[in-house]
Amino acid sequence: MFARRTLLMAATFAALSFGAARPAAAVDLTMYYPVAVGGPVTKIIDDMVSRFEKENADIRITAVYAGNYTDTMTKAMTAMKGGQPPQLSVLLSTDVFTLMDENAIVPFDGLVSDKAWFKEFYPAFMANGQVDGKTWSIPFQRSTIVLYWNKDAFKVAGLDPEKAPASWDEMTEMSKKLIKKDGSGNITRWGVEIPTTGYGYWMLQALAIENGQKMMNEAGTEVYLTAPKTVGALDYWVDLSRKHNVMPTGSIDWATLRTDFLEGKTAMMWHTTGNLTAVKDAAKFPFGVAMLPAKERRGSPTGGGSFYIFKSASPEQQKAAVKFIQWMTAPERAAEWSMKTGYVAVSPAAYKTKAMEDYAKGFPQATVARDQLEHAVPELSVHENGRIYKFVNDAVQAAITGTQKPQEALAAAQAQSDRVLRAAK
Amino acid sequence: MTDTAASLPISERRTQSQAWWNTVNAWLLLLPAAVLLVAFTHWPILATIRHSLFITRRNGTEVYVGLDSYQAMAADPIFWKALVNNFWFALGTIPTSITLALIMAIWVNRNMRGRGFLRLAYFTPTVLPMIAVANIWLFFYTPDYGALDQLRGLFGLGGWNWLGDPSTVMGCLIVMVIWKEAGFFMIFYLAALQQLSPDLEEAAAIEGASRWYTFRRITFPLLMPTTLFVAINAVINSFKLVDHLVIMTKGGPNNASTLLLYYIYEVAFTFQDSSYAATLTVVLLMLLSVIALIKFGYLDRRIHYQ
Repeated sequence: MFARRTLLMAATFAALSFGAARPAAAVDLTMYYPVAVGGPVTKIIDDMVSRFEKENADIRITAVYAGNYTDTMTKAMTAMKGGQPPQLSVLLSTDVFTLMDENAIVPFDGLVSDKAWFKEFYPAFMANGQVDGKTWSIPFQRSTIVLYWNKDAFKVAGLDPEKAPASWDEMTEMSKKLIKKDGSGNITRWGVEIPTTGYGYWMLQALAIENGQKMMNEAGTEVYLTAPKTVGALDYWVDLSRKHNVMPTGSIDWATLRTDFLEGKTAMMWHTTGNLTAVKDAAKFPFGVAMLPAKERRGSPTGGGSFYIFKSASPEQQKAAVKFIQWMTAPERAAEWSMKTGYVAVSPAAYKTKAMEDYAKGFPQATVARDQLEHAVPELSVHENGRIYKFVNDAVQAAITGTQKPQEALAAAQAQSDRVLRAAK
Repeated sequence: MTDTAASLPISERRTQSQAWWNTVNAWLLLLPAAVLLVAFTHWPILATIRHSLFITRRNGTEVYVGLDSYQAMAADPIFWKALVNNFWFALGTIPTSITLALIMAIWVNRNMRGRGFLRLAYFTPTVLPMIAVANIWLFFYTPDYGALDQLRGLFGLGGWNWLGDPSTVMGCLIVMVIWKEAGFFMIFYLAALQQLSPDLEEAAAIEGASRWYTFRRITFPLLMPTTLFVAINAVINSFKLVDHLVIMTKGGPNNASTLLLYYIYEVAFTFQDSSYAATLTVVLLMLLSVIALIKFGYLDRRIHYQ
């Protein structure tokens, strides 16, 4: 008797609270969100989401943090195959072909009243998301690769602490001077580190661009890994550790590289600008941020994630998702996001806000990645993106660890990529 | 007359119906387990084998391709790499962790002070969640300021990129897994040791057998059922490892630490290629079935169960 009554009460409570949690006309949205850098990214997003919900009582958003970009894409695709996809997600801007092939997303063109909105963003960030004359994603967590340097280490080495290397040769020469050894000849500080795990393809693309080589065609059906200048780019990268001995041998972990830099284990690092605020908050020494050095030209691929809306969402959900995305990418929020993380604010208007102008005055490092946009090239994006990334990452690691020569490693990756991309042509 | 004529068939019918009820009862009792086995083991296996013979097109239709995926697999260098890695991984972990487990079990089976504490200490790695374990070891292996490299620093040696070098990454994983597994296997040995009758040991002592001889001719043979059980578990575990790889190496550098199951995960979920993943799964299934057959068909008969 008692048991039955408790059960009944529990059921009633459940029904009541269920009803209370959902006002009659509320739209529920689930958003997957990837985290690829240090710092309290999830807290920042949660805070922005709750402020949006306060202003829009009829929309409820659940943010799900699914790991890094690959993990989040994996989760989104698996959830979709399982019939429970999110309604919107931030995913790599380069996943666009894969998402289109899987029939997962809708273009924004039919969802917005005024397409002039697309023109508010930096064209470099829109490039990856516009395919076949339609706009499939809206940029948000976007970046370029920048060079961080430790000014104290530069001073100790007798270099001008205010001057970052402008060319590959300069970077090599400066790195040689920046090396620090202990009494027994072991290196305690490296000249420069370029990460090889996770986003090796991204770093290779940066080097290839600087060497004057594109890595893929616009249709996303070809990659150019065996082009002499791509091979030259990987040669230089390998030489930094094996010939010049200014970078550790073996793979360099993406996630722990920031710690290496903060601990003074390396005088320079190549990393996403998305780490800027995390570095700023934790650095015990003055540091500078510069555009990547040039070989034939300056350059970095763009990077990072954009908002996508899923096809399976109901029309109301899609409308609500657009509303949320417009709110998140509005100039004040884009500026706030950029200041809190270091990611590039996605529109020029964001840099004209008072808050951002003041911030950049006191911390000019904040605009380096934005300034680099004029040299930026869209990130490697092809059909079967996940597979191609793995082939390129494997090739980079094989070369960096000395298992294969850059030429052989890239030839293998090219052959594997050609086989996979055959179907896309 | 009618009574007797009628009663006979009735009693016969009763025994018949009883036998029938017995059968039904038996099947009913087996049903829950059978349903679970069929639904979650046998059916998926058949579906996997079928799926490996088809590919799914973008529009969702399935096309029969026969053994195409198997040919592609034979030509896939990453698959072979994963298979060879798995072989070395099994060879590296299984004998060592079992030997260590046995030594530890004998050690803590004696009467001594702090025995409970020692047992607990040996068992702790097993209790820790896999992800936590991976993070602990990640700290040990971190180049330059990780625990291992700080130790090397004391001897004036430079930092070593443990997980970033293809020549050491597999060794690092093997050491970690031995650390984790040995304590778990120790529990089985400890339980088995406590089941052994002390009479045998006493008898051997009276006969003047040395301790090593007693162990070799009495204790170890009596522990064989446990050894077999532990060995099978160890083999299966060596094919099941995936969590640590996700946290520590993602199979890198350049697939130097990719194991078969991790590659299946990558193909199925990151590349969304379910038919190729099914093909790889069939290979894993075959490997594990062969191991099971060896156990039940051959080893079981050669082992003395008490």
